[in-house]
Parts: sequence; structure tokens; C-alpha cells
Amino acid sequence: MDKKEVVNLLNLQAKKIRQNIIKMIHEAKSGHTAGSLGMTDVFTALYFSFLNVNPKKPKDPDRDYLILSNGHICPGLYATLAARGFFKEQELFTLRKFESGLQGHPHRESLPELETTSGPLGSGLSQACGIALSLKRDKKNNKVVCLMSDGEHDEGNTWEAIMFAHKYHLDNLLVIVDRNRIQIDGNTEQIMPLGSLREKYLSFGWGVIDINGNDMQEIVNALQRATIEREKPLAIIAHTTPGKGVKFMEHDYNWHGRAPNEEETKRALELLK
Amino acid sequence: MKELKATREGFGEGLLLAAKQNTAIWALTADLASSTGLLEFSKEYPERFVEVGVAEQNLVTVASGLAATGKIPFATSFAVFSPGRNWEQIRTTICYNNQSVKIIGSHAGLGVGEDGATHQALEDVALMRVLPNMDVIVPCDFIQAKKATIAISKTKKPTYLRLTRQKSQIITKETDKFEIGKAQILRKGQKDTVIIIGCGPLLAEALIAAEELKKEKISCTIINLHTIKPLDEQTILTLAKKTGKIITIEDHQIVGGLGSAISELLSEKLNVKYKMKIMGVENKFGESGTPEELYEKYKLNSKYIKQEVKKILK
Ligand SMILES: Cc1ncc(C[n+]2csc(CCOP(=O)(O)OP(=O)(O)O)c2C)c(N)n1
Ligand SMILES: [Mg+2]
Repeated sequence: MDKKEVVNLLNLQAKKIRQNIIKMIHEAKSGHTAGSLGMTDVFTALYFSFLNVNPKKPKDPDRDYLILSNGHICPGLYATLAARGFFKEQELFTLRKFESGLQGHPHRESLPELETTSGPLGSGLSQACGIALSLKRDKKNNKVVCLMSDGEHDEGNTWEAIMFAHKYHLDNLLVIVDRNRIQIDGNTEQIMPLGSLREKYLSFGWGVIDINGNDMQEIVNALQRATIEREKPLAIIAHTTPGKGVKFMEHDYNWHGRAPNEEETKRALELLK
Repeated sequence: MKELKATREGFGEGLLLAAKQNTAIWALTADLASSTGLLEFSKEYPERFVEVGVAEQNLVTVASGLAATGKIPFATSFAVFSPGRNWEQIRTTICYNNQSVKIIGSHAGLGVGEDGATHQALEDVALMRVLPNMDVIVPCDFIQAKKATIAISKTKKPTYLRLTRQKSQIITKETDKFEIGKAQILRKGQKDTVIIIGCGPLLAEALIAAEELKKEKISCTIINLHTIKPLDEQTILTLAKKTGKIITIEDHQIVGGLGSAISELLSEKLNVKYKMKIMGVENKFGESGTPEELYEKYKLNSKYIKQEVKKILK
């Protein structure tokens, strides 16, 4: 298959995942819509063209590790895991419900496919660092990917981990930041200006690639570059559109943690056709 | 149906009232202005409002600095993050340093519901109760949250105010008095009754249980212990002495919460034989579900209160 075909297939897959995200959050009546839709292309590229994972052997010691630090966008992760065959699509519609494996925020013991429990922001990267350091010292080749939001760069813990990764030359660690410029109370630059994450990561000794996080070709290319021999931890800053694909949700921070009602769900699914 | 309102809404209204009276009152939040009832305040008093972003350690330490110059800062977030994440900062820079900062922890308890265990603070009362200088207050409804907010704005003490996400029944009246450290008797039973002591919206379940038990000729006294620290020792001891049958209920871990505080008191100072049952979360985390489903699973509703009353009478 040539590159173009791969990208087309990934885009098709992403579209289906987006539809499920809308349906499952609507069914749950609560959940985080904007970030989930914004990161769908990254989730898709990771699970369908990058990560070495096996739905039949989720705890394979040779697997790659995906750590979702910004746990609230788990609808995106859950929908991607289902599409990749980790569990039945039907389970998606138990999201946030009583005794479901799909807890409102990811819980490792409720869904063993997960590497970590998350939701509280700013503690995913440190865990990813621990995993990466351990694998590195064991001379293993598993990749460690940590997904983070821009909002969680407000947390001091994030910067502690960024320095740590540099100190220990975690060249097996890849961070992908959802740079969607929104958080709960408003736009990131109003709530707590982050400025250039590129400059910040560079000055902390990391490699950095900036991409359009909703352009499948750019995502695939960046992931390819991430596998090239390097001496540093690498951050892909994925500039995404929160609510991507559903015009009336795009770039609107009010959709950070809102579920679409009946009518909005219909309109959203129409737009995602 | 009676109107339901959340205690966090009561806090928001109370803070506006207090801020009108006292210009030293400031409010800070960590990217949770609307969820913690601060939206109005941020519009009304932008020059007394501070947004720190998702940074709970910074939230309370900046608040400590503000207090050092005479401000009365109310620092809001979800209880799991503040006082959950920033406990040592609260300990040293607010309690040991003795600054009048008000820690406002919303979304406490299983009542958070669908967000699941990561967002359900079940340990916050224990974390705050253990700190010297800290007052700990858990209002039971919208009205009481409003009054408690005004009351704590008038003290010089570090204070923790525990709030809830879910809309819940209003069980107190605007005319009821609220005094920090003075327990409220919500329902008076006959002598030799069972004493139910609780805090927070779960008290509505105790009231339902008591009403139903009355039909079975069992009478209960219900105490709303909205202040867990300082403890109203006199009220508790006087009532406990009369009956020797005490049940406590809270949406919190059994270890370290209200029941724990009362049991510390009784074991040392109650000079009669007594039986006690502490109802709360038994060494577990919460999970996703509706508040009703969770209170059923964790045995914290009127049905289980009735069962415990009958058990303790045996
Ligand atoms: C430690 C912590 N504090 C507060 C929260 C509440 N919270 C959940 S998401 C969020 C907004 C963070 O911004 P971002 O992750 O960029 O949101 P998104 O772009 O997905 O809308 C906040 C404050 C949390 N989950 N964890
Ligand atoms: Mg964001």
C-alpha cells in the first residue's frame, strides 16, 4: 500500500471513531467531547499505524505503552480501542454507567487494556518517565507514548517530569501534546498563557516537532520521524481543533466537558458523515 | 417536587453576599470557576478574582501570600485536587503559617457520580481534620452552604469547606441559625432514642429513615454536625449519654471522617456504656454511576440507615 492509501484508510477509520464518540457521550449524558474529537486523528494513527499492540495479548511484555495523561478524553481512547478490536463496540455505550469497564475517567483495574489510571491532570508524564526509564535500564525496545493536553502544562508536576526525561535521556519516550488552546474556564492563553510550547520543550532539552494534529499525513510523518534513532525525549506538539469535525463545537471551550443532546447529536452525526 | 440545589451553588451565593460586605474577600480558582460557583464573583469583582490555571499547589500558596497582606482568600477547586493534591502546601503555608485562607473543596463524595473515583473525594475531611489550626465544615444543603460561607468569611482561621456537585434536598430553613462549632439538632426524638449524627446532603436520607421508623414506633434524634472541627463536644456527649446508641453517617471514608472524630471523643469522654455504628465508605474507592446507584451499592441510603437503627436497638 502506498502512503496515500494508508492515509485514506486512516481517515476513514477516524471518521467512524468520531461518530462513536458522539454517540457514546450522548448516551452517557456527560463526558468530554471537544478534546476527544480533536485527538481522534492522533489516536487513530497511533493504534492503526504506529503502536506495537495486540488486542489478543494486551499485556504482551514486548508491547508499546500508551499513557493517556489527560484522562478526560478517554471517550476518544475507548472508541479507538474498540475499533482496534480490544473489546466489542457495543461496550462503548456503557460509558460512565454503573459497573462499566469504561469508567468516567480511565481506571486500569476496570479496563485491563489500560496502562495507567488517570483523570487528575499533570501526573501522566511522570508515570511514562518511570516506565521509560525502567524499560531502558532493562535494555528493552518498547516505545513509550504519553498523550497530554495543553491545559495540564499549568501543573508543576508536568515540568518536573519534563526535566526528568531530559536528565535520564529518555530516548524511548514520545510525548504528543494536544495543543487545542482551550481548557475549562476559557482559552489557554487567557487562563494561563503557555506561549510557545516548542520553545519551552526545546529549552528543557527535548526534541520538538510541530504538526497540524488533524492532518493524517502530517501525523504519520511525524510518528515516522519519532522512530528514527535519537538521543533525546521527543515532543510532538499537535495543533488540533477541539471538537474537530463538528462545526458548531469547534474551538468552543464550552464543549470541553459537555455532552450533545438529542438534537445536537443528530446534527453532529450528519456533519460527520 | 421540592426544589433541589447543590451546596456549591449556596457557596457561590454566600460568597457574593460576603464580598459585598467585606472588600478583603478575594476568590481564586484553578480552572474551575464555573464548576465551583465563582462565575458571578469573577464578573462582579474582577480585581479581587484570580485564575491560576490547572495548578492546585500554586492556588493555595498564592492564597497564603494574599492572606499575608490581610486579604481573605477563598481558594476553590475539586476536593480531590485541593486539598487532595496540595496537602503539604496547605499544612505548612496555611496552617502552620496560620493564615486565614479558606479552602473550598467541591465535588466531594460518591455523589459526584458519573465522573468516577478519580473525581470523588472520600478522604478530604480526614486530610483537613488532622491539621492543627484548621476548621472543617460540611454544610448539608444549599441554604446552610450559603450561611457557612458567610460565617467562615468572618473568622481569622484557616478553614476547609466541603461542597458537593449534585443537586440535593434543602432540609434547613433560611431562619435557622448557623454557628461554627455548634451542632444543629434536625429532629428531636423521645428519650432513649437512637442518635444519628451526620453531615452533608446524606442527612436527607437520615430524615427519610427517621420518618419511616416513626411509623414503626422507633424514634430517632438527628444531629447535623456541620462543623467537624472544632467538635461540639458538649452537645454530642449530652445526647450520647442519654441513650448510648449512636449511628454516624457520611459520604466519606470511615477512617478519619466525622464518625472517626466522634468515636475519638466518645471513647475518651463518655462515661457510660455505649454502642456505635459508623456508616461511610469502607476502605474502597468509588466508581462511575448515578449517585442513587452508588449510595445503594455502598449502603448509604435511608434503607440501610433503617437497618442499622434496628440492629443497634437489638
Ligand atoms: C489536577 C486536576 N485539576 C483539575 C482538573 C479538572 N479539569 C479537568 S479537564 C481540565 C481542563 C484542562 O485543560 P485541557 O486538558 O487542555 O482541556 P481540553 O483541551 O481537553 O478541553 C480541568 C481543569 C483535573 N482533571 N485535574
Ligand atoms: Mg486543551
